[in-house]
Amino acid sequence: MKSPLRAIAIVCCTVLLAACGTSTADNSGTNTASAPGITASTITIGSTQPLTGPAAPGYSEIAPASNAYFTYLNEHGGVFGRNIVYQYLDDGYNPTITASQTRKLILETKVFAMFSALGTPTHLAVIDYINSEKVPDVFVSSGCNCWNDVSKYPNTFGFQPDYTIEGKILGQYIKQNLSGKKVGYFYQNDEFGLDGVKGLDDQLGASSVPSAARQYYSPGPTTVAAQISALQASGAQVVASFTIPAYTALALLTAAKLGYHPTWVVSNVGSDITTLTGLLKTFSKGAVGGQLLGGMVTDTYLPLVGDTSNPWITLFKRIHDTIRPDLPWDGNVLYGEVQAYTLVQALKAAGRNPTRASFVKSLESSKLTGGPGLVPFGFASDNHLGYLGVQVATIGADGTETTTGPVYTSSDSGPITQYSGSASTPPTSGIP
Amino acid sequence: MVAASLRLGRLTRPTLSRHLLLALVAAVVLLAISAQIGAYDDYNLTAVAIFAVAAAGLTLLTGLNGQLSLGHGALMAVGAYTASLLLKDHQFPVVVVLVLAVVTTGIIGVVFGYAAARLRGPYLAGATLALAVGLPQLATRYKSVFGGDAGLTIPPTAPPAWLGADFPPERWLAWIALAAAVVTMVLLANLLHSSIGRTFIAVRDHEAAAALAGIDVARTQVLAFVISASCAGLAGALFGYWSGITAPAGFGLGLSLQLITAIVIGGLGSLAGAVWGSIVLVFVPALTSGMASSLNIPSSVANNLPLAIYGAILVIAMLVAPHGIQGALKRLLALARARWGHSSASGKKGVMDWDDPAPDP
Repeated sequence: MKSPLRAIAIVCCTVLLAACGTSTADNSGTNTASAPGITASTITIGSTQPLTGPAAPGYSEIAPASNAYFTYLNEHGGVFGRNIVYQYLDDGYNPTITASQTRKLILETKVFAMFSALGTPTHLAVIDYINSEKVPDVFVSSGCNCWNDVSKYPNTFGFQPDYTIEGKILGQYIKQNLSGKKVGYFYQNDEFGLDGVKGLDDQLGASSVPSAARQYYSPGPTTVAAQISALQASGAQVVASFTIPAYTALALLTAAKLGYHPTWVVSNVGSDITTLTGLLKTFSKGAVGGQLLGGMVTDTYLPLVGDTSNPWITLFKRIHDTIRPDLPWDGNVLYGEVQAYTLVQALKAAGRNPTRASFVKSLESSKLTGGPGLVPFGFASDNHLGYLGVQVATIGADGTETTTGPVYTSSDSGPITQYSGSASTPPTSGIP
Repeated sequence: MVAASLRLGRLTRPTLSRHLLLALVAAVVLLAISAQIGAYDDYNLTAVAIFAVAAAGLTLLTGLNGQLSLGHGALMAVGAYTASLLLKDHQFPVVVVLVLAVVTTGIIGVVFGYAAARLRGPYLAGATLALAVGLPQLATRYKSVFGGDAGLTIPPTAPPAWLGADFPPERWLAWIALAAAVVTMVLLANLLHSSIGRTFIAVRDHEAAAALAGIDVARTQVLAFVISASCAGLAGALFGYWSGITAPAGFGLGLSLQLITAIVIGGLGSLAGAVWGSIVLVFVPALTSGMASSLNIPSSVANNLPLAIYGAILVIAMLVAPHGIQGALKRLLALARARWGHSSASGKKGVMDWDDPAPDP
């Protein structure tokens, strides 16, 4: 007599379980605390940022800008009705402090994911730990190709094009447009600079740049006079520079003092006009400013921050102007807002009640198209690389930036190909 | 009568067994605490234990032997890099790594101790300052070995299988660090109560008098430096495990100054003071950064506020308790004794030396 009852009970349980299963898979149903850092009404994410220290100029604006976008999002209903709570802690660009702040975020704050953690040496210090805790680690604010190692770091995803790709496309520009000129390099002596040099060498040929024209620095000292004089002595007419903003400004100022005027080709991360102008004014005590930037060649993977006719720029500038008008409107603020927009895209793609594992899996399959980027993301199950390429841009004598030539995509070892996809427009709500 | 009972007490409680008993009690209490608290608190407890090891070594050198070292941060770097290099391509048990870090740093300590023993006052401070500034730069210079600014990583230490799969790695590391701290404290406490400890103090108080009493002043100073450096090396290796990264920026002058802050705030020359100082070092910055972020102020101010509050707390602490936390506790104890009529250290009821509670070794 008991067995039919038991059978009915089992069937009922199975149906209930199945119902639970489907409610997490699609977007209907109610919000649950589906993962650490997620409640019915909030998603908490964390980050380590250089709010003080050598990398603070410029980069300290990124996290407040992301947070401005999240504030805008939360005012307009959040993600599936959940507000995003963004906890970003200062690490002073010091890997040892990054290590303790990351543990604080994961063990004490119990964030759902790490987001936009900034810096190559700083993030390398914690990438093992974050992955051993199986915490999603998305959109690292650095173009090191170290983030794209799916077997070793299955939870880590990059954001911007890696420095090797950037170096290749800048190198191709030099080869095509500045041919016959002697080339020199100035770079940060770590994965950032060395990866960039790898890309440049790939296009220009390692033997075409003698070792006297390969000068580097380590962040810390406040003079680069020895390196810049060496470049001048080597006769380099073009200097390709993989530097953080403070060192781009120091190099430009030192060269100007020495009466040395090469064509500067500067990586995207070290070429923001507003940041550089401010630094040049500070370093020279007001003697010079943006005029030193005229003629500089750089690249971009986002719409240009000064292009106010672009609908994406209009959207992000409007959010900046209403929520954080105290920050300068520059490339760092745009970067922070675009990262935040992209995270919202990723969270929406992962469904209403994601787990840490399902979020990572969804990021590998959804392409996150329709965003502000000029190029697509490379995310796939075997690839955690962010934007796949860049467009070269030049800075005019009046300090305005214009893009030039086609948009290119590449990979570390593959060829450079022209990208023909068209730009997308933002949704009217400003929320993906 | 008093003397007789005192002697009896000494006989029934020899130094070694008393210290071992204290260590056992401390170990049991700490084990119980670490099992109750969350993973992040265990992580902070580990930091306290690490700083306590380094500060205990420094307080022996500075507080009891009179040599000021501004270079203990660099000596911690020696320990941390030893551990990182050992673990780069091989897997060694933690104990082996710690012992080798102690030995390596001890050897550096012998070399530097000989130089230090010839220097006095500001010259010694200057030489050790050079160590603090210069040594981490080697890591940047020899990038292929030491990994440059990015440093070397140490993979997280997995707890042994018998503790179960869910055992937090932070708690396991806390146990290792606490064990190291307790062992260090027992060894140092015994040393300080031995004839060697007394020669340290004799040299600190008056070098010429100590030399006339037959103490080899230079040898005593080198010995103190080596013991102190070994403690720093042990702390450095544990620091490497704790943070998972050994990079020059982590062992700057700031770390050396933090250690000095710890021993002064805690109470110079006292092992208990080294522990108090380490607790302050770990928990006060966490408190101040929480305070700064809860206030609604411009980011450029808020970002620098934790350090400012920390500085203010240190200044106030030194004004209120010039003999450190341990000194203040002794004062309170002496006050209570004077009040309730127990015999104070001087044996005179109701009288106490307010300004100089005897420093306990």
